[in-house]
Amino acid sequence: MRNPLSDRIVTIPPSGIRKFFDIASEMKDVISLGVGEPDFDTPWHIREEGIYSLEKGRTFYTANAGLKELRTEIRNYTRRKYDVTYDADTEVMVTVGGSEAIDIALRAMLNPGDEVLIPQPSYVSYVPCTILADGVPVTIELEAKDQFRLTAEKLREKITPKTKVLILPFPNNPTGAIMEREDLEEIAAIVEEYDLFVLSDEIYAELTYAQNPHVTIASLPGMRERTILINGFSKAFAMTGWRLGYACGPAVIIRQMLKIHQFAIMCAPTTSQYAAIDALRNSDEDVRHMRESYDQRRRYLLHAYEEMGMDCFEPLGAFYTFPSIKRFGMTSDEFAMQLLYEEKVAVVPGTAFGDSGEGYLRISYAYSLKSLKEALGRIQRFVERLDAKK
Amino acid sequence: MREKILAVIEKNSRIDVHDLAILLGESEVAVANEIAEMEKEHIICGYHTLINWDNTSEEKVNAMIEVKATPQRGMGFDKLAERIYQYPEVNSLYLMAGAFDFMVIIEGKTMRQVAQFVSDKLAPLDTIQSTATHFVLKKYKDHGTVLVDEIQDERMLITP
Repeated sequence: MRNPLSDRIVTIPPSGIRKFFDIASEMKDVISLGVGEPDFDTPWHIREEGIYSLEKGRTFYTANAGLKELRTEIRNYTRRKYDVTYDADTEVMVTVGGSEAIDIALRAMLNPGDEVLIPQPSYVSYVPCTILADGVPVTIELEAKDQFRLTAEKLREKITPKTKVLILPFPNNPTGAIMEREDLEEIAAIVEEYDLFVLSDEIYAELTYAQNPHVTIASLPGMRERTILINGFSKAFAMTGWRLGYACGPAVIIRQMLKIHQFAIMCAPTTSQYAAIDALRNSDEDVRHMRESYDQRRRYLLHAYEEMGMDCFEPLGAFYTFPSIKRFGMTSDEFAMQLLYEEKVAVVPGTAFGDSGEGYLRISYAYSLKSLKEALGRIQRFVERLDAKK
Repeated sequence: MREKILAVIEKNSRIDVHDLAILLGESEVAVANEIAEMEKEHIICGYHTLINWDNTSEEKVNAMIEVKATPQRGMGFDKLAERIYQYPEVNSLYLMAGAFDFMVIIEGKTMRQVAQFVSDKLAPLDTIQSTATHFVLKKYKDHGTVLVDEIQDERMLITP
């Protein structure tokens, strides 16, 4: 029999998280700080809208781009929150999670050999999606000394004549880093200078804890026509399982993305779309409450690290901390594995998000205070043992 | 800071000041002072425990009693309210808008005891015109907390 597989897909390694997941799920009484999703249930009024839509028999396909009503609400939302306005008919499309939007945006924009700049540590899908779209991933290694922000200098270093797209993953998973207006302005100038496009993954936009609210690069002068803005419902409204995201951008790109979506997906789940309309209209108070709660736990974690002598820069976004474990002289993988075996705490080694994550762990605070306390107690015990050995 | 303190301790009055200060990013002294101040001002009126008595062997009966009353000249309903809330059986007392005037929530050991309280103590009060007693069969949610089912974290252990 011939090899049934595509060489390209076979060469892509599976997500580094997988191995950990397999071991952790075999063990008993594991406390996990390893998830990338909110600990809140979807607010009830949103769930209810989903239920109503089912009761009313709204069980058909929607338009490929998504319900007009939802696209209109997305338009209103980005205008209200982030000061950037899109045409609901030609510049907004609803996708199956932000992750589908990442995939089809890259496929719509890349020609074979085009280079995509990917700041790392970052979400696991950018590199594989780039490869699957015939692009060449070029990583930019971010550093704690810059608070894991993308600097103009680091960006310039990696630009070549083949560079076409810059992925901007902020607020960032796994570091919790954000980019503020001044940071973005420097990036925007370079994007314009080199005629690049930006894929801005802002799925954590609602979860920032800095003085100023989140800024999207799309709202800066000249950037709207160069940016695909990706967002979704998973993190802001605690709707991960509903699988719903969206992309906004210039009609020329959205039109082609819609073609891929049309043939591969048809349309995002109808029930989720009806629920999402309510999410955008009526959830300001829920979002505020969730953000406040994350912020409190974020402070709690940072304080605990300080007490146990774990070095960690202050993350101002998402719901992750990214403490350094360099002083223990172990790799991220070794540390995380040993912590799992000895104290039954599951965290994710920073290397799951790129080589530049070596020496760090991703520790999520999307957990109850009670769980965090228990887990931190175990981590402290572990760290004390390591220190005693030295 | 007050609203933030209250929002946290309304849900968890047992949290210690040390932790609370960390959560809010304030100093321990400042938080302790603020709490003491709010106790003095009767903003914080107590630290009670939410108990689901159904899960104990203790028998408890709760009833809500609608009361219609005639307000008294110069005192409105307050004088009567005072006579009602002095009874230790009375858990809560609210003045209501609508079809009746007071909502009296009482707790007794048996239905008989509750009924006796209504007929012997409450109904005979001078200005009370009528009462209607409703017994609680089951508590699903109390003080913002769902009592019926245990919440479990169903998320996968590790996700990207």
